[in-house]
Amino acid sequence: MTDHLVIDPKEELAGGLSPVAGRSLWQDAWRRLRRNKAAVASAVVLVLLAGLGIVGPFFASHPYDRIYPQYVRVPASFEAYPKEDAIVPAFESAVARSRVTKGAVEVDASSVRMPISSDKPLDPRITRYVDRSDLFENARIEDLSADGRSGTMVADVDRVRFVFGTDSNGRDLFARIMVGIRISLAIGVLASVMSLVLGVSYGAVAGYLGGRVDGVMMRVVDVLYSLPFIFFVILLVVFFGRSFVLIFIAIGCTEWLDMSRIVRGQTLSIKRQEYVQAAEALGASSPAILRRHIIPNTLGPVVVYVTLLVPKAILLESLLSFLGLGVQEPLTSLGLLISEGAANIGGATWLLVYPAITLTAILFALNFLGDGLRDALDPKDR
Amino acid sequence: MSESEAILQVRDLHVGFRTDDGPVEAVRGIDLDVRRGETLAIVGESGSGKSQAMMALMGLLAKNGTALGSALYRGTELIGLPERKLNAIRGARITMIFQEPMTSLDPLYRIGRQMAEPLIYHRGISGREARPRVLELLRLVGIPDPERRIDAYPHELSGGQRQRVMIGMALANDPDILIADEPTTALDVTVQAQILTLLADLQKRLGMAIVFITHDLNIVRRFATRVAVMRRGVVVEEGEAGALFAAPRHPYTQMLLASEPTGTKAPADESTAPLLEGRDVAVTFKLGGGFLEGPAVDLKAVDRISIALHKGQTIGIVGESGSGKSTLGRALLRLLPSEGSLRFMGKDISNADRDAMRPLRKGLQMVFQDPFGSLSPRMTVGQIVGEGLLIHEPHLSRKERDARVVDAISEVGLEPSARNRYPHEFSGGQRQRIAIARAMILKPRVVVLDEPTSALDRSVQKQIVELLKRLQADNDLSYLFISHDLAVVRAMADHVIVMQRGRIVEEGPTEAIFASPREDYTRTLMAAAIDQRPFREARVA
Amino acid sequence: MLSYVLRRCLGAIPTLFVIVTLAFFMMRIAPGGPFSLERPLNPDILENINRAFNLDKPVWQQYLLYLGGLLQGDLGPSFTKRDFSVNDLFATGLPVSVQIGGLAILLALLIGTTLGALAALKQNSWVDYLVVGTATFGITIPPFVVAPILSLIFGVWMGWLPAGGWGNGAIQNKILPVATLALPQIAIIARLTRGATIEALRSNHVRTARAYGLPNRTVLVVHTLRAAILPVVSYLGPTAAALLTGSVVVETIFGIPGIGRYFVQGALGRDYTLVMGTVVVIAVFTVIFNLIVDIIYALLDPRVRYD
Repeated sequence: MTDHLVIDPKEELAGGLSPVAGRSLWQDAWRRLRRNKAAVASAVVLVLLAGLGIVGPFFASHPYDRIYPQYVRVPASFEAYPKEDAIVPAFESAVARSRVTKGAVEVDASSVRMPISSDKPLDPRITRYVDRSDLFENARIEDLSADGRSGTMVADVDRVRFVFGTDSNGRDLFARIMVGIRISLAIGVLASVMSLVLGVSYGAVAGYLGGRVDGVMMRVVDVLYSLPFIFFVILLVVFFGRSFVLIFIAIGCTEWLDMSRIVRGQTLSIKRQEYVQAAEALGASSPAILRRHIIPNTLGPVVVYVTLLVPKAILLESLLSFLGLGVQEPLTSLGLLISEGAANIGGATWLLVYPAITLTAILFALNFLGDGLRDALDPKDR
Repeated sequence: MSESEAILQVRDLHVGFRTDDGPVEAVRGIDLDVRRGETLAIVGESGSGKSQAMMALMGLLAKNGTALGSALYRGTELIGLPERKLNAIRGARITMIFQEPMTSLDPLYRIGRQMAEPLIYHRGISGREARPRVLELLRLVGIPDPERRIDAYPHELSGGQRQRVMIGMALANDPDILIADEPTTALDVTVQAQILTLLADLQKRLGMAIVFITHDLNIVRRFATRVAVMRRGVVVEEGEAGALFAAPRHPYTQMLLASEPTGTKAPADESTAPLLEGRDVAVTFKLGGGFLEGPAVDLKAVDRISIALHKGQTIGIVGESGSGKSTLGRALLRLLPSEGSLRFMGKDISNADRDAMRPLRKGLQMVFQDPFGSLSPRMTVGQIVGEGLLIHEPHLSRKERDARVVDAISEVGLEPSARNRYPHEFSGGQRQRIAIARAMILKPRVVVLDEPTSALDRSVQKQIVELLKRLQADNDLSYLFISHDLAVVRAMADHVIVMQRGRIVEEGPTEAIFASPREDYTRTLMAAAIDQRPFREARVA
Repeated sequence: MLSYVLRRCLGAIPTLFVIVTLAFFMMRIAPGGPFSLERPLNPDILENINRAFNLDKPVWQQYLLYLGGLLQGDLGPSFTKRDFSVNDLFATGLPVSVQIGGLAILLALLIGTTLGALAALKQNSWVDYLVVGTATFGITIPPFVVAPILSLIFGVWMGWLPAGGWGNGAIQNKILPVATLALPQIAIIARLTRGATIEALRSNHVRTARAYGLPNRTVLVVHTLRAAILPVVSYLGPTAAALLTGSVVVETIFGIPGIGRYFVQGALGRDYTLVMGTVVVIAVFTVIFNLIVDIIYALLDPRVRYD
């Protein structure tokens, strides 16, 4: 439609529309975003996952680095370990050694009990047979009858749940995934912020100053661009050792190149806009023009790019972890978990499936949110 | 009005669009007749629905648009006609040319091939068979050296030539009706005259009817036999051109006709020293000359021009695009590096750098052409208007600044509440008022006005011209008024400079220039703006 | 055109030089050398090795020696794979990587453009939503997830295809790696094509074509798709260079003897020449493919001229 603007001579003179405060472009975009169901749903998913990553580990029943040597690579299950069919025979055989008459075994959340009787008074030392097993502790005889010939053998069982199973070291996968979410999101956000700051200031300065300065600055970007990303990372890793900080710096250092190109392109076109010339005619200084006119107007595409940058950074981190250059054990990230999963794909599929689903969900949500933001900020795209 | 003559009958046509902010009705039930061989002008300001009505019957509405009603072309109903049947009519019996000659042709194909396409599909002939006809058409529309140009790509042609190619394409199958949607709006005034003369001439020779969509009343006066005036999706008045211009019945038509800028400006006192003076001002742009690109080419955008602007004076600088008039305006404000000497209020500013210019900028302001591009979209109107105060009067408190902003906004005829709003919430004319307020808040001595009315509808144009004149009288301002439109320049300026290719062609008091222009170029520009003779008669050589 | 190609090739030389220099000295700054990592060698042997590989000379001399070799097309001996020169390693590895990468690009181009154009033509229909949804999926899931899952499904569970290995280039060994590489590219190309087609459909010259009664097919094929393919062509330059020089993930997971793994291996093992060789190969591929893309672009779009 070319006739989008209605100019009415009468409205012209009236000047005001309605007396309320104006609606900025950001507010318009926000309104459009809220109408986009996929974007809103993605935002909700992200908030939930982020919440899980941030506070989840504090409430988890297992610390992410606790090793359960007896539960290596147990599959995901809502049932608690050890399972009832493992407890009952073990308890029975333990009790059997004391040569007493056994009753039916009862298992509840944290203990196991069995009525026992004998033709002689029960020797309290028979609890020793039960304690000897790895599964049971604090065995005792309760409800001892008056003649001491019958009672109930009770022992505590340490029953633990692994909803997502355990890894090959016997650590709870769910707790590790929560930590992985935390690390992955943190790296994604921090790396993006870093490339945002670097890229926006570099690109805006190059684009605004133009000419030879721009040429040199962009040549530098070109050269850095043609060096493989992993090159930087490996060098940094070699210099400073592997650490969390280093990884997001490395990712930020490579991703700002794209950002600076985008911002420079934007700046070049904004620089030609008449409002920038108007500011120059007012006598505004270069920093003021950059701050008041150029940077705010580049923000639209920048915001969109950042939402796409976060998943990209997360992916890069995962790739690094996958190659064994990322965070170090016992700390973990989704990428590291996936690479462990891929290594165990033959026997323990859950090790690949759950981290992969989590990572995919995060990336999906970020991508949908980014698409929604782009549509909201740039409505002519529909 | 005998029905038998009408080859196209539009009855109760509605065009609606589904938008994010609910449905919008662009055309609300119009009736129109197009008779054989006539020129029907549909006049209206932007948003009147004049283009969309024609798009609807050509089946060219955007995806979110729907058309209701009836449009009978020689007994065939066009609205709702299946695409295959419509394709037999459009491009053959009814053809169309558009406002944007730069983008209406496919940039990826040679013009000969594109012009042959309607022939190939409507006459069922091969590309080779079509070639002689294409050459003939190119000759018909006055493309020089057609044997060579037939193999040119669109980007190798000028805007005027592309529009000629479009016209040739439109005539390929000897249409009954040619719809011309603002065909000259994007062109320079002299080219505009050539294209309109060509159209009028071709109509006389070939006898097709022309539906001419435009906002420019002067073109209508010179071109049309019948006129329909549209406003907000409705035809408010329709009639023979002569009668309608002589005695408009509808108040809107009267208002449109009265919105031709009128009045003149009394000459200013030139005895005192000039306020702003430039001597032998020259601006040279270097083109190309990058790494491995060969030597740079110098383009003299402004070629040694001298100018003196006195207190209370308005100098009109006229010329077509590329004549260097805007560059001159910017050079005089030292927004561009230039050679020659410049003085402002007796002070030599020939080599003043940005820092040296800063205190002087308060007295030297500028208003730009594009009311959409000249206001930063992410700032409120109050921030935009108040920015100059931040720079030049930083001692002001927030409250004082706000008071000054309110004063400035009121002075240009907007309500004070406008300062809390954002530019996109205003119409073109309102935005131009905001831009004027931004310049005026600093109480400048000299304001360079770079085509401040060119992007606006006629009726709004007149209001802005009057506002500028009032501000000048109230504040004793001096204006440098840059425009291609001599009608507006005559109303605004007391001295005129005509520029072409960076040089002054002619210069003098407005009265004298308009009474007896010496140069052909000046005459052509004047003809485009104020000549009222029909194009058939006023053939430009 | 020929002079343009020549100029472009000459213009690439300084860039290549800067890259090689930067990479060379950055590698040397890194602590540790090719033979200092694992169990310490006998000092005499170490000295011998260092002398054999010129590592005993000053760094600038090593640099000049390397540049000299490079000019003659000699990438030097590999430090860690001691029986091979870097040229040998690439001579066997590069064809493998190029095969896998080339097949993936062809596949992605074919499927991606078709899907993208289809989605654009049926904008806002279920076809469109399906393509856009699937494309988001394809972009989102990283190859190091796709690869093991594909290998799990088709290799382990179904047993249709080998779960890994090269098998001397048997077709069934190529299917999964090519699919893994192609999947994200299909998604990206489909999205690019869709966006460009929608934009082209809205352009003024398509309106002209419709106004002149051209049949739908002509409007689409002649006036829309040619314009829509342009952004895809631009995208393909760097992408082709990246894919043809091998993917470390795919080669690692499927156990393919390409050159994608050499960079990481070389950097970790301080195999200077291997790392440098990889950098050079990637840079040369990038330069070549950007040039090819620019030439194709100029053939498709007459506004771009290089004479």
